Amino acid sequence: MQIYLPIADIPVNIFLVLAMGLAVGFISGMFGIGGGFLMTPLLIFIGIAPAVAVASVSTHIAASSLSGAISYWRRRAIDVPLAVMLLAGGILGTAGGVWLFTLLRSLDQLDLMIGLSYVTLLTAVGGLMIAESVRAIIRSHQGKPVDLRRPGSHAWFHGLPFKVRFKRSRIYVSAIPVWTIGFIIGFVGAIMGIGGGFLLVPMLIYFLRVPTATVIGTSMVLTLVTMASATVMHAATNHLVDALLALILMVGGVIGAQFGARAGQKMSGERLRLLLGVLVLAVGLRFAIQLIVTPDDLYSIRIIETAAP
Amino acid sequence: MTRCALTVLVLIAGLAGTPAMAAEQLITSLSNHRVRVTSSFIGAELVLFGAIDEERPELIARRGYDIVVTVRGPPMAARTRRKERVLGIWVNTESRLFVNAPAYLAVLSNKPVEQIASADVLRREQVGIDNYLLPQQIGPDIGDVVRDDPFRAAFVRLRSEPGLYREDTAGVTFLSPTLFRASIPLPAEVPIGNYSVDVKLFANGQQVARNNSALEVVKVGFEQFVANAAQRHGIWYGLATAAMALLTGWFASVVFRRD
Repeated sequence: MQIYLPIADIPVNIFLVLAMGLAVGFISGMFGIGGGFLMTPLLIFIGIAPAVAVASVSTHIAASSLSGAISYWRRRAIDVPLAVMLLAGGILGTAGGVWLFTLLRSLDQLDLMIGLSYVTLLTAVGGLMIAESVRAIIRSHQGKPVDLRRPGSHAWFHGLPFKVRFKRSRIYVSAIPVWTIGFIIGFVGAIMGIGGGFLLVPMLIYFLRVPTATVIGTSMVLTLVTMASATVMHAATNHLVDALLALILMVGGVIGAQFGARAGQKMSGERLRLLLGVLVLAVGLRFAIQLIVTPDDLYSIRIIETAAP
Repeated sequence: MTRCALTVLVLIAGLAGTPAMAAEQLITSLSNHRVRVTSSFIGAELVLFGAIDEERPELIARRGYDIVVTVRGPPMAARTRRKERVLGIWVNTESRLFVNAPAYLAVLSNKPVEQIASADVLRREQVGIDNYLLPQQIGPDIGDVVRDDPFRAAFVRLRSEPGLYREDTAGVTFLSPTLFRASIPLPAEVPIGNYSVDVKLFANGQQVARNNSALEVVKVGFEQFVANAAQRHGIWYGLATAAMALLTGWFASVVFRRD
């Protein structure tokens, strides 16, 4: 059944979009991530303008991260002060990201920037995740305990001022790296149409040594607020958020996530991270190929204004 | 002034010489003047019926009538960009800004336009996509370019792929020597706005009559509401969309609660 998307201005098959929502929701539930890094490329692939895809996926991720955050809240697995501190940087980063998004769009370089960001970020993160999880799998095969906190490895940023104690996560760190991480996630998320969960979780674990018990719930709160504000900002400045598209995606997404979460519980953490790393790397490489291979059409059109009533 | 008077004289002389010249009249009727884009819109096809009214029917057989229908959508400004390889990756480099190009352009005729009139006439009357003026912004000036300009060719080609620009040399059918029918296909991606339908009657290579009508493509119902809200009240639209997302997320967590 074809349905006409009012902002994307194209008809799409509602079941195809719903199925995409389900599939990405399944993956997001399985790994505890938003899945924006998969959803945005998929939408671009079915012919939705990259700018509309990025803006509408923000809305979709806001919905899926709220349902995730609520279930973590019930399990008391959210570090609220840490989330608030991350958000201080996150909102600022989102505003910066939306500003750059608008600027690049007017310079006709937005699609290139989205492509380049996907390539660099996804291949790097995917590669690191694969390497880390392979090491962890080998370690567990040798019978050594897996320890992600690596105690004793003090980095330079642990000596920074404005130290704050986060009780639930049992960490005592400077506020500066917390703000910085929040800013980076908000900024990157607004440009790429991703929640940034797959970036944020490793950053919180490795840099701030947030324990695994609170890391996913806290990261979901940040994703929720940055993506909800990205929705409002993209809508106010670029008028590109397709509410209908977002609604179909989120209905599929929240249902898929329930099944994904069940599937994820049957797998070990290392295997899950390896699988996610492969997925992230594959999407990154897909974008790399697109940038390098001669495009089918060297020309493209961007409509600047229409005399629509 | 003298030149003007002279032209009038020549015209009158021309009329007197061939009395049948301006005798034809065109009567047309469009099947629908208002195309509604709803959520299930997958394109539409409009039908235009027309009749050639000739005062002296005995002349009809001797006149070779041809019809060209030009349907033009609302004007738009669009940038055509070209990619080039920079440091190994493909980047948009050069671009041209087309100002005042129709968002939709269909030229329908009963035979190839080159066979209808001479190249001069076609260019003067802007008959056919090749002869249609597509002004470009060149520095501070605005001008048309040669028809084989690569940016112009790419622009026309890219608009033609989804069927937004089209030339159909069999789009007009004569049902009788004076009765014709044209079908105007509007693809699903048809831009909303005001359209003009311009029907030109040619006889033996000369334009002898012309008729104009209008049609409107509108988004209706939910689509129009959403599109308008997004454009006019961006921030409220954004807040409402974000609220919808939060409601969906909350609802899901209630429905699928496992503990």
